[in-house]
Amino acid sequence: MHEISLMQSALSMALELAKSKGATHIHRMTLSIGELSGVVPDALAFAFDVVSAGTLAEGAELTLETVPTLCYCPHCWQEFHPTGWVYECPRCHHITHDIRQGQALELASLEVS
Amino acid sequence: MCGQCGCHSTSSPPQPLPLDESTPRQVLRLHQNVLAKNDHDAEHNRALFRHQLVLNVLSSPGSGKTALIQRLLRDRHLILDGASTQPEQSAVRAGVIVGDLASDRDAERLRETGVPAIQITTGNLCHLEAASVAKAAQKLDLENLNLLIIENVGNLVCPAAYDLGENQRIVLMSVTEGEDKPLKYPTMFKSAHVIVISKVDIAEAVEFSREDAHYYLTHVAPQAQIFEVSAKTGQGLSQFYAYLKQAMILQCPELTSTLAS
Repeated sequence: MHEISLMQSALSMALELAKSKGATHIHRMTLSIGELSGVVPDALAFAFDVVSAGTLAEGAELTLETVPTLCYCPHCWQEFHPTGWVYECPRCHHITHDIRQGQALELASLEVS
Repeated sequence: MCGQCGCHSTSSPPQPLPLDESTPRQVLRLHQNVLAKNDHDAEHNRALFRHQLVLNVLSSPGSGKTALIQRLLRDRHLILDGASTQPEQSAVRAGVIVGDLASDRDAERLRETGVPAIQITTGNLCHLEAASVAKAAQKLDLENLNLLIIENVGNLVCPAAYDLGENQRIVLMSVTEGEDKPLKYPTMFKSAHVIVISKVDIAEAVEFSREDAHYYLTHVAPQAQIFEVSAKTGQGLSQFYAYLKQAMILQCPELTSTLAS
C-alpha cells in the first residue's frame, strides 16, 4: 500500500503549485501511471479520497491515465509495445530489457480556479 | 539549484505563469515525476556512498534475506581475502541498514557477526525510502566502510519503486515460493541486477523445478545475474562471493592495491 504515500507526494506537489498560482480550488487532478510503475490505480483512487479531505483538492475529480510500456529492440533498432511481461521483439523475438516508457508515475495536469 | 546541498539537481520544476483571472478554470500541464523527491534523495545517497558498494536486498517476507546477509557477513573474509584471514581482519569492512515494520530483531541477529547494524523501524510503511536510509547512515562510520548492505522491508511490490542510491539491487526468491514468482511480481524482478534463488538445500524436498525457475527468470528478467545458494549449507556461495568481489573492486578501485600487498 505505498499508494497512500505516493498520493500524498502527488497531492502536496499539486497543492504547492495551485497555491503558487493563487488558485483556491483544484477541480481535477490527472495522474499518468506507467504500466510498470507498480502502482494499483484503485488503491490510488482510494488514497486520494483520504488524503485530499480538508484541502483545496477535496471533492476534485481524479483522472488516472495508463501509460503503456514501450521497449526497444537493439537488433531491429525499433520500439515496440510488449504484449505481456516477457519483452520479446515481435520481429526478431529477442528478449530485451531496454525499457523506454512505462515506469513513471507523473502528476500530468491540474484543473484549477 | 538544490536547497539541501547546493548541487545542480533541480527537484522543483519551472513554475507555470500566474492564473488568467478572466477564465474561471484553467488547466496546468505539469508532467512532474511523483517520485522526484525520493529520486533526488537517492542521488544524494549515491554521492554520499561513493566509496562503498551498496546492496539493496529485497524479497518477500521469509525468503531468507537476513540469513543470507548473516552468512555473507560471517564469510566476509572469503569475498576478498581468503580462508586464512579472520573475518575481523578482512579487507571487507561492512555495515548494515535493516528495515522492518516493527522490532529490531534482525539488527540484533546481524550484529552477532561483529558488524554494525542500524535498524529502521518503518511503522506502517511498507518500504524504505532514500531519506530514511540517509538518516540511518549517519549512525554508521561510513569513512571506514566499503560495503553497505541495506536489507529492505519484506515486500515484493512497493520497494521496487524506491531507489535508495544503491549500486546493486539483489532480489531473493526462495525455492518454497514457487518457480513462477517472477511472473507474479515482474516489476520487482525486472529491476534486479542480481537474483538469488535461496534455500536450495531443500529444493528437492519441495519439488522445486530449476528448469522452470530459470525459464521464467531469463524471460522476465534477462538483465539479471542468477545465483542459486543455500545460506545454511553454503552451496553456491563461492560464485556469489566472486561476483561481489568484482563489484566491490569496480566501486572501490583502491582495493586492488590492498589485495596485491
